[in-house]
Amino acid sequence: MNHDAEFLRHLYRRMISIRLFEEKIGELFLGGELPGFVHLYVGEEAIAVGVCANLTDQDYITSTHRGHGHCIAKGAQIRPMMAEIFGKKTGYCKGKGGSMHIADFSVGMLGANGVVGGGYNLAVGAALAAKMRKSGQVAVCFFGDGASNRGTFHEGINMAAAWKLPVIFVNENNQWASTTPYRTTNNIEDIADRAKGYGIPGVIVDGNDIFAVLETAKAAIDRARAGDGPTLIEAKTYRIKGHFVGDPEMYRTKAEVQKHLDENDPLKNFAHKVIGAKLLKQADLDAIRGEAAREVEQAVGEARQAPYPDEAELFADLYVEGVK
Amino acid sequence: MREISFSEATLEAMAEEMERDARVFVMGEDIARQGGIFGQFKGLPQRFGTDRVLDTPISETAIVGAGVGAALAGMRPVVDMHFADFITVCMDEVVNQMAKIRYMFGGQCIVPVVLRAPDGIIRSAAAQHSQSLESWFLHVPGLKVVVPSNPADAKGLLKAAIRSDDPVLYFEHKALFPTKGPVPDGDHLVPIGKANIVRPGRDVTIVSYSMMLHRVLEAADKLAGQGIEAEVIDLRTISPIDFDAIYASIAKTHRLMVVHEAVKTGGVGAEIAARVAEENLDLLDAPIVRIGAPYVPIPFSPNLEKLVKITADDVTLAAIKLCK
Repeated sequence: MNHDAEFLRHLYRRMISIRLFEEKIGELFLGGELPGFVHLYVGEEAIAVGVCANLTDQDYITSTHRGHGHCIAKGAQIRPMMAEIFGKKTGYCKGKGGSMHIADFSVGMLGANGVVGGGYNLAVGAALAAKMRKSGQVAVCFFGDGASNRGTFHEGINMAAAWKLPVIFVNENNQWASTTPYRTTNNIEDIADRAKGYGIPGVIVDGNDIFAVLETAKAAIDRARAGDGPTLIEAKTYRIKGHFVGDPEMYRTKAEVQKHLDENDPLKNFAHKVIGAKLLKQADLDAIRGEAAREVEQAVGEARQAPYPDEAELFADLYVEGVK
Repeated sequence: MREISFSEATLEAMAEEMERDARVFVMGEDIARQGGIFGQFKGLPQRFGTDRVLDTPISETAIVGAGVGAALAGMRPVVDMHFADFITVCMDEVVNQMAKIRYMFGGQCIVPVVLRAPDGIIRSAAAQHSQSLESWFLHVPGLKVVVPSNPADAKGLLKAAIRSDDPVLYFEHKALFPTKGPVPDGDHLVPIGKANIVRPGRDVTIVSYSMMLHRVLEAADKLAGQGIEAEVIDLRTISPIDFDAIYASIAKTHRLMVVHEAVKTGGVGAEIAARVAEENLDLLDAPIVRIGAPYVPIPFSPNLEKLVKITADDVTLAAIKLCK
């Protein structure tokens, strides 16, 4: 492991921010403070952060309904995210999007998506734009194992492969499509195998090991920037929380979840490695954690106080050019 | 003024806009090598290269989705649907993504995509290649829908659509492609959302658009022979509908007919009739008349197909009855 301490702090800061943000969202939702519904990314932090650490603000990502982690990993700010989830005017989308539609175009985050499999072709199009402009930008599409059974998966990857577009398809195989286990709706063990059908590399990586994700994503992103086309990455992980906050989780045992948390928590994995290699100390991690926790608390306080969008907002932003 | 075909007019619009703005490109099935089924893309690849005139896989979902993604990334895509019927294949991309992205992201982005959709009845193309589906999209906030009836408007509206920062569905009737008409030289633009009073009259207002406008004009000639002066309005845009033009006209004629090729049930006529009844019933001296296709899919046999087509006689007879 040859990363410098500053970079490691950055990685941990992003991962712990996601973990604390999500735990807080879960708490607030169960406390009845948040409208709509929320889907948490807890336990999958290493994937978003590992991939996005290779990207700049000029690169694009598309996300899923479980998108808070992707936003934070890409550099979106905690405060407007929190406000958005509260439905407040100060949110990223002025309170019109909520948890499933957070976007921050200023950092290339093209939005979370309420339609499973809705992000593939948006990423393909962004990559097409990059290729046409010869800008060197890449687009990353995050999607779950459930989404890999949408027709959009086939259409998007095929088109991107045929045109050698700079797009990376990152499958987060968390083993659960809502309440349905992966193995009951697929006849193959690995989603990465499907890459063969499109003539592109299919790579499997341990999604709970940020260093493995970093390296795998870097190779795919370098390949895309060089003009060699897409890669399908399958990051194996596990969905620690229910499909949504409040999910009674009748479909699995608490013991199963605990086992994964004990053995594969990406944050514990990270701490173990960096402390073991004497690159960071536990005290460093604790300090970063404290800072992130304060930021989340501050965001909650501000979001609670922030105003809701007023009536004038109802029709704003529907069209650029006015329509009665 | 020079006369060119509807197809040539759209081709001029494409070429001029691609010349004017390097961000404009076009993609669709069989458009580069074939030049489009109706010749509407002929010569574009030779002039602008196959990097800007793209033959796509047969993947409507990917084509429209990628169009939206490219727009989010700063391009101005024109997407050809081959046949308007195929929009049904990619409804998520049109309804859940393209139409809503700007609003649900709080105005962070623009979505300057144009979908070109050849629609309407031509020579026994049957139930899946003959539909007029425009009213479906009138029901979706966030889209603009244009329906040109002649070469000049075809050019002017297409250029306006390409320059619009909002997503536009451009329905072009297949039977109109070979029809000729005067088209002004130079940078001819027609604003989206403004109807055209094609023929002034005092006795009845007949509102129509696209192919049916021609049936209505034939009928207006016949009606004039019987002493009935019809005022004919070409809507040119059905989302938004120019209600000001309709209200001004019925303030004069006190009678209203709406004529379209699409199925009468739930059609544009239904919306216009309802709005006029809600807001300006006092202006009318007689019930509103709607003429549209019967509630069946378009049949194949020429003998049956002719039964769903609206003729000038249908319009004439209905107008005479209305003006009695």
